[in-house]
Parts: sequence; C-alpha cells; structure tokens
Amino acid sequence: MGKQLLLENINVQGISTLEVYRANGGYKALEKALKMQQSEVVDEVKKSGLRGRGGAGFPTGMKWGFIAKPEGVPRHLVCNADESEPGTFKDRFLMQNKPHMLIEGMILSSYALGANVSYIYIRGELLYVYHILEKAIQEAYDAGLLGKNILGSGFDLELYVQCGAGAYICGEETALIESLEGKRGNPRIKPPFPAVSGVWGRPTVVNNVETIAATVPIILMGGDEYAKIGIGKSTGTKLISACGHLAKPGVYEIEMGLSTEEFIYSENYCGGIKNGKKLKAVVAGGSSVPILPAELFLKTAKGEPRLMSYESLADGGFATGTMLGSGGFIVLDETASIVKNLWNFTRFYHHESCGQCSPCREGTGWMEKVLHRILEGHGKQSDVDLLFDIQSKIDGKTICPLGEAASWPVASAIRHFRAEFEEYVNHPEKIKDVKHYYNMRNLQPTA
Amino acid sequence: MSKEIKFTDDTMALVQRMIKRYPEGKQKSALIPVLHLAQMEFDGWLDAPVMDYVALILNIKPIEVYEVASFYSMFNLKPVGKCLIEVCRTGPCWLLGAEDLVRHIEKKLNIKDGETTPDGMFTLKTVECLAACGTAPVIQVGETYHENMSTESVDTMLNDYKSSGERKTHFDKKHIKTQL
Ligand SMILES: Cc1cc2nc3c(=O)[nH]c(=O)nc-3n(C[C@H](O)[C@H](O)[C@H](O)COP(=O)(O)O)c2cc1C
Ligand code: SF4
Ligand code: FES
Repeated sequence: MGKQLLLENINVQGISTLEVYRANGGYKALEKALKMQQSEVVDEVKKSGLRGRGGAGFPTGMKWGFIAKPEGVPRHLVCNADESEPGTFKDRFLMQNKPHMLIEGMILSSYALGANVSYIYIRGELLYVYHILEKAIQEAYDAGLLGKNILGSGFDLELYVQCGAGAYICGEETALIESLEGKRGNPRIKPPFPAVSGVWGRPTVVNNVETIAATVPIILMGGDEYAKIGIGKSTGTKLISACGHLAKPGVYEIEMGLSTEEFIYSENYCGGIKNGKKLKAVVAGGSSVPILPAELFLKTAKGEPRLMSYESLADGGFATGTMLGSGGFIVLDETASIVKNLWNFTRFYHHESCGQCSPCREGTGWMEKVLHRILEGHGKQSDVDLLFDIQSKIDGKTICPLGEAASWPVASAIRHFRAEFEEYVNHPEKIKDVKHYYNMRNLQPTA
Repeated sequence: MSKEIKFTDDTMALVQRMIKRYPEGKQKSALIPVLHLAQMEFDGWLDAPVMDYVALILNIKPIEVYEVASFYSMFNLKPVGKCLIEVCRTGPCWLLGAEDLVRHIEKKLNIKDGETTPDGMFTLKTVECLAACGTAPVIQVGETYHENMSTESVDTMLNDYKSSGERKTHFDKKHIKTQL
C-alpha cells in the first residue's frame, strides 16, 4: 500500500469526533496555516501540484490565484459535496468517517482565499452525512476553530452546510451555485467564471471535497514534499472508489502512478474480478469517461503498462485512452452487456439533463430510444451509425459539460465494441442472454 | 389537507436559523433546506398550500417555490406512503442486481414503480446513483442507506418497516432539536 494521507486513521475508533481527530494530529495543519501569510498558503498548494479531484483535474493553486478581489466585496469558498457521478463514492466515505478533515481543509482554504463565510453543498440524498457534518461543525465552533478570531489568529470564518434535493446536474459548479441560491440547477453560461461572479454575484471558488481535504496534508508536509509523491504532473494520492464486478470493491487511496493491473488484481487493492471471472471493460473515472476494453485498459496502444494517473489514463487520446475523472472506477466482467450498460448510462443522462440546451435535452433522449430499440430486438444496421452521429452532434455544443458526459460513453462504446452492437442488431435472438426487464419509460416492467 | 399548515415552533426556529446562514435579502437560498423540512412536517410530500406557506415564510413568490420543487427529484408532488423505498437503478447497482430487487419488491408489494400500497405504508421509487456503488445494490429509505441488498434482506427490511409503522422521511424529525 502506498502513503495514506487522506484515509490515515480512518479506522480509529471515534475519529469522526473532534477529540479523537485532534488526538491523532487533527487541526495541526490549520494551526500551521494560520501562522503563515495567506499568500504563502496559496503558494504551498501551487507547489504541491494538486489538481482538482472533482473530475476536471484543473490545478487548484492556479484556480485560487484567479479569484477576483474587488474592494469591499465578500468572497466565498464553496465545497462541492454533490457527489453524484455514477461510480463515485469517495467523498461520502471521507465525510462520513472523517468530517473534521474536510472542516479543517475548509478553514485553512478559506483563510488562503480570504473568505469569511463558506459553504459545503452536499447532495440531498446524503442527509445522514449532512447531520454528521452539522455535528462536527458545532464541535468546531465550540472549540474556537470556527467563528470569530480562530485560534487567536484574527481570522473569522462562518461555515455552513447546505443540502440539495436530488439532481446530478447540481455537481456542475455553476448549477451548484444556482442551487445554493435557492433556484433550479440550471448551469450558467461562462464567462463570467465563478472566480469573478459566483454565489450572489460575488467571487467564488468551488472545490471538490477531496481537493479541500488534500490541502491538510499539503500544509502539514509542505507543497514540495507532496509533489514528490506520484508521477509527473499527477502529484500526490488519489481516492479511487472501485465498484462493479470486483472481489473487493471499496474506497482506496493510491499513490498516483500505480499500475492499473496492480490496482485491479493485487490483494492490497481490488483483489481481482469477482468469482474469478474475466475482465471485459473498465470505466475508470465515473460514468462520463470513455469506456476501455480490458486490453487497452491494462496496456496503452503502445504496449506500455497503463498507470493510474491523469496522463497515462489519457494516453492515446479518445482513440485508445480515457480519463482519470472523479476516480469512480467501474469494472465490467465478461458476462456484462456493453450495450445494456450504455443504455443504462444514457438513460441516466437523459433523466439528469436540465433541459436548457436542445442538443443535450433531445439528443440524450434519442440515444436512449435508439439503444432501447436495439435492446428490444428491433435495431437496424443503421442504428449504430445513427447513435454515433447523434453523440457527435451533442459533443461541444452545449452550455455545460453534461452534454459531453453523455456523448463520450456512447462514442467510446461504439468505437471499441461495435461488433457487440452489430451482433444485437443482426441476431436479436442473442439478446435473450441479456437480463432484460425494464422498458425505457420509468423502468416499467415489460414482462 | 385537513390540519392547519403551520410549522411547529421547533421547526420554525430551525427555519429561522437556516435563513441566517445567508446574507441579508438572500433568504431564498434557504428554500431547498426548508422544503425538506416541509416534507418532514407535512406527510412526506409538498401540496400546493404547503408550498405557498413556504413562499410566505421566505417572502418569495409561490412560483419560485413551485419551479424548484418540480426540478429536484427528492421533492414529492404527490402523496407518498409512510416509507418511501428508493431503489438505485444506475449502472453499478444494475450490474449487481438492482433489477431483480425492483422486480421482487413489485411482486411482494403488488405495486409498480412509482405506486403506493393501498394501506398507505409503502411507495416504490427507482432513483439514480446514491454514491454508494461499492456496496451495491443500494436502497434508501428515509435517511437510511441499506447496502449490499439481496431479495432476502429486502424482505427483512420491509417487514421491519411494516411492523414499526413509522413514517420515514428524508429529513428525520429527531434531528430538529439537536440542530437548534
Ligand atoms: C455534469 C457535471 C457534474 C459534476 N459533478 C461533480 C460532483 O458531483 N462533484 C464535484 O466535485 N465536481 C463535479 N463536477 C465538476 C465541477 O463542475 C467542478 O469542476 C469541480 O467541483 C471543481 O472542483 P475541483 O477543482 O476541486 O475538482 C461536475 C461537472 C459536471 C459537468
Ligand atoms: S448541457 Fe444539458 S445539463 Fe448542461 S446546461 Fe445544457 S441541457 Fe443543461
Ligand atoms: S449506482 Fe447505485 S449507488 Fe451508485
């Protein structure tokens, strides 16, 4: 196992309480940060090479550097705890078990950004975690870690949790901001970027839970030391939430650069495929990233071992590569139907489209219908090309990246598994092997 | 709705606390949390008079409440049973048997997805990824996550809820006092 910076002490009894968290070194990073200049804290994060853990991988220090600082206008830090990307469950795991690590990260990051009121936006389904956070925040207030003049530093911070109510799109940062303002989660057109005009038109930084938590070890060990972990521009550790047909699904903290083969097959990690079956395909970074067949996932097109890093997973571009994304790692064994899996994801994106842009709103629905037709045994030879065509007309033509998130899985599944789609079209009797129960509307049973 | 639409004093105090989390004049930001409290207080769903009441409290137009209530999947605009059984239907849960669970529950309760049992005890609903895919398949009831579910454990779960007969909502009433 590699270094455990985020999951360290996660199994210590009572680590969710302030007392035990502090007894295990908690809030030391905050004490250290509050003795530094705000700009020094930003510099350490820049030096660490930390990249956003919410999916896009944008350098965190650089993002912090963009925040506008108009005189007399409050700024806000908002933590994105909306975690809804299928296959992703690392933020929930961290918040539920170590709520104070997120709170510590929120305080020191707010200090770095000069924010005096910050919010954690958590998805509504996680109300039980909302209550865990509320309790932990109260403990922090009672101990003088939040509120006025934190630890005698002169820095004030109010920290609040706000819950959503079921909408994947609210994970997109501008939709999240709309939701925080009490509106529908309709993404905004950028620019202006949140760093200039975010919540209530004020400069705002939105960061993922894991990103914020990672600032704690970065301040403790120093940005340069953190940057030594990992490989190339993929510095530090990453939480991977592994699920699907695995012997040992769960949340693992890996040092970036671990080989994909070791991650799947080693007993230290996922322990191989469930029930000794063969690996068929992997969706490595949450449902939106391109799916890769086993061979291309374990080795790049050049025949080099594939590594768990932003660069190695993207090696080969979309032709033969994928993305690290959110670290939502979904494994499909030899029995899984790629077509049905794709139908399920497409149905998801159609359901979650906010409806503002016609390519996304209509296109996701068309793709779902065409896939449904194929699964019902009424597919035509031209349907596979039609699907590819629809997705290409969504990609890059929408307000927010949900459009791409819906089109990439379709493009990659056809690119790598075209034969399976054609088999369904040409030999509808084969579909009987696929467990097939739902129809396309609201999953009403067909049989 | 027969009873008067009015939050209890404790809930109202929590609402006031929530409003204070946002700048002056930005009380609309409290809308989603307050709608959760309204569902908790008024039988698990949002009837139009309930939404009007929330609009009044937050000093916003009723339409601003309706458009939000109809956008988010956790807000029920129709009556629901005492226990809302929400089965995750997304990819990773589907890979590990979510379909079988839905079919099993439909047979057992003799209702379809979206319907409520005649005794008003259960409503079945399929929902999207609950961020617990590592312990798939997953079912949410109120605030509780039931993980690694099988048809047997579903039976036990349903029996337990039935014998307790309690209303389960997303925002559990027991938290009101502790958050004041
Ligand atoms: C459709 C969609 C859903 C998203 N969902 C999430 C999410 O659940 N959690 C998250 O942290 N970021 C999510 N993002 C990314 C955010 O927009 C944003 O990039 C991120 O919160 C920035 O934080 P980071 O730089 O720390 O990663 C989503 C983006 C899109 C387009
Ligand atoms: S791409 Fe889809 S989700 Fe994003 S703004 Fe457009 S319609 Fe809404
Ligand atoms: S797919 Fe069911 S919890 Fe993620």
